[in-house]
Amino acid sequence: MFYRENGQFKTNYRADQQIFPIAQDRIALYALLAVAFVALPAVASDYWFTNILIPFLIFSLAAIGVNILVGYCGQISLGSGAFMAVGAYAAYNFFVRIEGMPLIVALVLGGVCAMLFGILFGLPSLRVKGLYLAVATLAAQFFADWMFLRIQWFTNYSPSGSVSVSNLQVFGFSLASPLSKYIFCLTLLSVIALMAKNLVRGAVGREWMAIRDMDVAAAVIGIRPMFAKLSAFAVSSFIVGMAGGLWAFIYLGAWEPAAFSVDQSFRLLFMVIIGGMGSIMGSFFGAGFIVLLPIFLNQFLPALAALFGIQISTAGISHAELMIFGGLIVWFLIVEPHGLAKLWSIGKQKLRLWPFPH
Amino acid sequence: MKLRKLALAASLVALGGALLTTGTAFAQASKEQFIPVLSYRTGPYAPNGVPWANGYVDYLKLVNARGGINGVKISFEECETGYDTARSVECYERLKGKNGGASLVQPLSTGATFAITEKAPVDKISVVTVGYGRSESADGTVFKWNFPIAGTYWVAADAILQAIGKKEGGLDKLKGKKLALVYHDSPFGKEPIALLQERSAQLGFSLQLLPVTAPGVEQKATWLQVRQAKPDYTLLWGWGVMNSTAIKEAQATGYPREKMYGVWWAGAEPDVKDVADGAKGYNAVTMQHGAEPQSKLVKDVLAMVHDKGQGTGPKEELGQVLYMRGAMSAMLGVEGIRSAQERFGKGKVMTGEQVRWGLENLNLTQPKLDALGFAGVMRPISTSCVDHMGASWARIHTWDGKGWKFSSDWLQGDEQIIKPLVKSTAAKYAADKKLTPRTPADCQS
Repeated sequence: MFYRENGQFKTNYRADQQIFPIAQDRIALYALLAVAFVALPAVASDYWFTNILIPFLIFSLAAIGVNILVGYCGQISLGSGAFMAVGAYAAYNFFVRIEGMPLIVALVLGGVCAMLFGILFGLPSLRVKGLYLAVATLAAQFFADWMFLRIQWFTNYSPSGSVSVSNLQVFGFSLASPLSKYIFCLTLLSVIALMAKNLVRGAVGREWMAIRDMDVAAAVIGIRPMFAKLSAFAVSSFIVGMAGGLWAFIYLGAWEPAAFSVDQSFRLLFMVIIGGMGSIMGSFFGAGFIVLLPIFLNQFLPALAALFGIQISTAGISHAELMIFGGLIVWFLIVEPHGLAKLWSIGKQKLRLWPFPH
Repeated sequence: MKLRKLALAASLVALGGALLTTGTAFAQASKEQFIPVLSYRTGPYAPNGVPWANGYVDYLKLVNARGGINGVKISFEECETGYDTARSVECYERLKGKNGGASLVQPLSTGATFAITEKAPVDKISVVTVGYGRSESADGTVFKWNFPIAGTYWVAADAILQAIGKKEGGLDKLKGKKLALVYHDSPFGKEPIALLQERSAQLGFSLQLLPVTAPGVEQKATWLQVRQAKPDYTLLWGWGVMNSTAIKEAQATGYPREKMYGVWWAGAEPDVKDVADGAKGYNAVTMQHGAEPQSKLVKDVLAMVHDKGQGTGPKEELGQVLYMRGAMSAMLGVEGIRSAQERFGKGKVMTGEQVRWGLENLNLTQPKLDALGFAGVMRPISTSCVDHMGASWARIHTWDGKGWKFSSDWLQGDEQIIKPLVKSTAAKYAADKKLTPRTPADCQS
C-alpha cells in the first residue's frame, strides 16, 4: 500500500542509475541516517554506544570488506583476521612513531599497509581457487599471528607484546567519550559503505562478479582476471584493515595479537555467509547477527528465566547462548541459504504487492 | 508466510529489548556496594577459572553473612568472559554503571587488564589484579588506578630464581647454568621475560625462551627443544590446559619434574590432578597462600555460606589453591572498601575515587588478617601511594602426588632488582602516554 512505485517515472539516466531507485527506499535511508546520527545519540546510554553500536559498526565495516572479496569476487578468504591485524598494527606504528600523526591519516595508512599485504597474499588467487585459495589465505593468518608475536619492532618493543593507544583526537576533538567514538565510527562507515556500494555497482564491481560467476567466460569477454582478482583483494583488505584499526584503537584501546586470531577470520566469513553473499546490506545484517545476538542472548536469557522464577548460572547462560546461536545459524541457512539480505529483499518484494498478492 | 515469520521475529526482539530495560531500571535504586565479577566458567581455561570464581563469590557472600562492610551489604553480578579480551571489555562496560556504579573491578586476565587500564582513569574505577596484571603498574605514581596487590609476575619470577639459588647453595652458583622459560605466547606469558633477562645478565645464567602458542595443547616441538638443550631448570608460565600438557610432555621426554617451577597460575589442583603421580616433585611459586583447606576462612565459609545452602560450587573444593586465590582477591577488594570507609564515613557506599584511596592506604596487619580468617594463609600487606603492590612475599609449593605441600620458606622479591625495573618501565609508559607522574600533593587526595 505504502511501498509502491506507481507514478515514479525516471526521465533521465541519472534518475535511473540511483542507488535507491524507489522513493520510499530513499526516504527510509534518510530516516535511518537521521536515527543513527541524531536520534540514537540523544537516547542511547554509554553502554549501548561502547558495546553494542560501536562493535556493530566496526564489524559491519569489516564485513563489507570481506563481502567484496568473498561475496562479489568469489575469492574465499580465511585471512581476514590477518588483514585486520595488519591494519591495526600498521596504524599503531604510524601513530606512535611519527610525532603529531593525525588519527585518520594513521588509520588510512594502516588500511594501505593492509592493502599491500592483501595483494601479496592475493597473488596465489591467480593460480588457485575455492577451497585451495582459502587454505592459502589461511597462511596469511598464521603469518600475521607469528609476525606480531615475534617481531618486536611491530609492537614498539613492548615487553609483554601488548600495545595501547590513548588521547585520540580528530581535528582537535577528543575521542574520549563513547558518543564521539560512535559518531566517528559511524561517519567512517557511512562514507566507506557508500564508496563500496558505488564500486560494486560500477565497472569494477561487474568485473568482480563476472569473475565470481565464471572466470573463464569472463576472461573470454575481455576481463583481465589478474586485475579483477587483485583489485578485489586490494579494496577488500583496505576496508578490513581500516576496520582492524578501528577495532584496536576505538574499541579495545589496548590489544594483543590474540585479538585478531583465526577466530576473527571465521567470524567475518560467517557474517558474510549469514548476512548474504554479494550484498552490502547483507554485511550489516551479518554483523548484527554475529556481534549482537550473543550479547543479546546473554542478557535476554536471564531476564526470560527470571520471569518464570528460575535462576541460571553464568556458565549455563553461556552454554545456552552458544546452543541457541548455533541453532539459529543452522535454521537461517536452511530457511534462506542466501542469507538475511535475501530474506530482506523477499520481504520488500512482498510489501510491493501487499495487500494484493497474486 | 515469510512476512509473518519476519514479524514474529521482530516482535520477539522487541519483547527482549523491553525486558532488558525494565530489568536494569529495577536494579537502579539499591543502596549497596556493587562489585562486578568478571569470571570465566566456560572455554579452554574453565577448569582453572571455575574454582577462582567460586572462591571470589563465596567470599563476597561470607562478607554479607558477617553483616557487610560496616553494615553496607555487597551486591554483585557475575559476567562470563570466556577469557576473551573483547568479551571482558563488554562485561566491564555492561557492569560498570549498574546498581549505583562499580568502584573496583578485577579483570582476571592480562589481556583484559591491559584494555581496562586504558579505560579506568576515565571511569574512575580501580583495577585490582591480585598477583597478576602488568608488573610495572606497581608504581602508583604513574598507574594511579592499578593495584597489583600482593605481588606481580616479576616478584614470582624472582622468587623462583631465589628458590633455585637456595637449592644450588647460593644465587652465585647459578652462573653458567642453563634455564629455560616455557611460556604461554601472550602478554601474560611474556611478563616475566624482562626480569629474567635482567637477572640472567647479572647472575650469569643463560636463558632460553620457548613460546607455546595458545591455548597450549601443542607442545611437542617445545619439549623437543628442552630435550636437546637439557636446561638445568625449566620455568613454566602456563595457564589452563597448557600446564597439564607441559607436565605430561616433561614426563614423556624424561625431564625431571623436580626441576620444573611453575608460576602460580600453573600451580593448582586442576593442573596436576590428571597427571597425578607423573607430576610428583613439580614445583610452583605461590603468591603468599597455597591450598588451605584447614584455614579458619574455609571453616567460616562452610558454616556461614555452604551450610545455609548458599554456597557456590562443590564443598570438596573449598580451600583449594585457586579457590583460596579467589577468596583472597575478593578479600583485598573488600578491605580496600573498608579502609575507604574509615576515612570517608563508616556505613556509607563508597565511590570509585574513595575506594581508590582506600586501596592505596590498605594496612592489613596480622591481627586484622587473623580476624578475617586468613591466619597462617598470608602475610600482612600495606600499600601506599608509591607502592601499589603492598608486599612481595612468595613461597614455593610442591606436588607430592596427592596435594600441594610447601617446600620453601617465605621468599621475597629482590627490591634492588624489581624496583628499578618497575620505575624505568613505568617511566617509559608515562612518556608514551604523555602522563605526568603524580606529585606528593596528589598522593594526599
